[in-house]
Order: sequence, then C-alpha cells, then structure tokens
Amino acid sequence: MHLSLALLLSALLFGVGVYGVLARRNAIALLMAVELMLNAANLDLVAFDAWFKDALHAGQVFALFVVVVAAAEVGVGLAIVLAVFRLRQTVAVDELRQLADVDPVLRVDADA
Amino acid sequence: MTLADDVFGLLGVVCLAAAVLVVTSRHVIHAALWLVVCFGALAGCYLVLTAELVAWVQVLIYIGAVVVLMLFGAMLTRAPVGAVQELDSGNRPVAAVAGVATAGVLGTLVVAAFRGAYVDIHHTQIGDGKVIGTSLFRFFVLPFEVASVLLLAALVGAIVLTKREV
Repeated sequence: MHLSLALLLSALLFGVGVYGVLARRNAIALLMAVELMLNAANLDLVAFDAWFKDALHAGQVFALFVVVVAAAEVGVGLAIVLAVFRLRQTVAVDELRQLADVDPVLRVDADA
Repeated sequence: MTLADDVFGLLGVVCLAAAVLVVTSRHVIHAALWLVVCFGALAGCYLVLTAELVAWVQVLIYIGAVVVLMLFGAMLTRAPVGAVQELDSGNRPVAAVAGVATAGVLGTLVVAAFRGAYVDIHHTQIGDGKVIGTSLFRFFVLPFEVASVLLLAALVGAIVLTKREV
C-alpha cells in the first residue's frame, strides 16, 4: 500500500488534535484531543517501520513506548484535573487565570 | 490501488470522522465514546500495516484503560450529561485556522516527500508478539525499564495528587 496514505491520515489526525486542544474548554475534552495527537505520531512510527522493513522493529517498539507514556500522562493529567476541580469547582481551562499577569479578558490584575 | 489501500482508506475515513466528532461533540461522554471508534479504526490501520501487537495493545490500553479513565474523570468532575454550549471556548475560529494550517503543512510536506513510497506489506515480517518481544527484550531493555519506572512514578504522583489533605 502507499506510504503517503498513512502519512496523510496521520497529518490530518494531528491537525484535528491541534484544533481540539485550542478550541476545547473542558479539561477532560482537552486531554482527549492530546490523545489524538499522540495517536497520529504512533501511526507515523508504525507506517515508517513497515516501509523501512526495520529488522529491529524500532518503530513498533517506540509506538509501544508512546502508548506507555500516554497512559502515564492521562493518569497524572486526570489527577491534576480532579485536584483543580476540588479546589475550584470547575474544569474550564479559561477560567483558571491566576497565573496570568494581567487578565486579558477582564483587563485587571489577576490577584486584585 | 490494492485491497490494502482500500481497507486502509475506509478505516482512515472512519477514524478521521470519529476524530472530528471527538473535538466537536457537545457531550463530553459522547466525545469519549467517539474516541473509542477512532482508536478502534486506528487499531485496524495498524493491522493493515502488519503491526499486530501494537494493534492489540492499542485496543487493550487505549480503548480498555485510557477511555475508561476519561469517562471516570468526566463523571468525577460532574461533567454535564446533556448537550452544553460551553464545552468550547471562544477561540474556535483561531483554533480551526491553526488546525487546518497544521494539517495542510504536514499533509503537503509528507505527500510531496513520500509520493512514490510503497509499503510492501506482503514481504514484511509481521510484528506479532514474538518478533516485537524479542526486539524489545534484546535491544530495548533499558528504555523498557525506564518506562516501567516512569509508570511507577506516574502511579505514585496520581495517588499523591488525588489524596485528600490529611
């Protein structure tokens, strides 16, 4: 099969993930979009492995490592989201502005 | 166009449509369920690309663990079950431009660079458990052990973060 088919799917999937990360407001939905981007990278690794006929199968092994790191990331990410929810009663990322120097929406100092 | 191209194309369309629904759905729970469809189609793509073990790991870890974790997170943060408008922030047009630009640049780049590249899936070694396991434990033992330590650290970190103050 054509390699560019897999690479094109990967690029489009990554673009969808970028849109999701930037457009979503709910932290859980944001994590889902991050997962889409990680899967796009995985598809690239597997496709290049098959194309290159790698004797060590490094592409597929590293796809497995990406899955492991993604699992760790989701675990810690959800723990952080739950901690924020317990503290603030919200998971909307654009309401968490305390680290902003000057609030870009309200135009006031964040700690005022 | 071979049979593999057709199957991959169909799975790709399903995967991409599900991915778009994941980032546009108004229900958090629906988005998580569309994520299952997307990951399942992607596992089929891995099977077409002869990556057997990666496909089953995808099903086990992503569909089995990550999506369930997402659903737990959505329920623990009392996500609204019905359709809500405020799931998206106000910067959707900017996000759409950024997403389309990223996909366009990456897509044109890879298509221009690998236009004639052809994956000979009938003469590649199938990446089943034996082959990948041999490679993993013969050549990638150190990264494997580091990954296990990383998982342990993530486990401890998640427990510490969610523990109520004592």
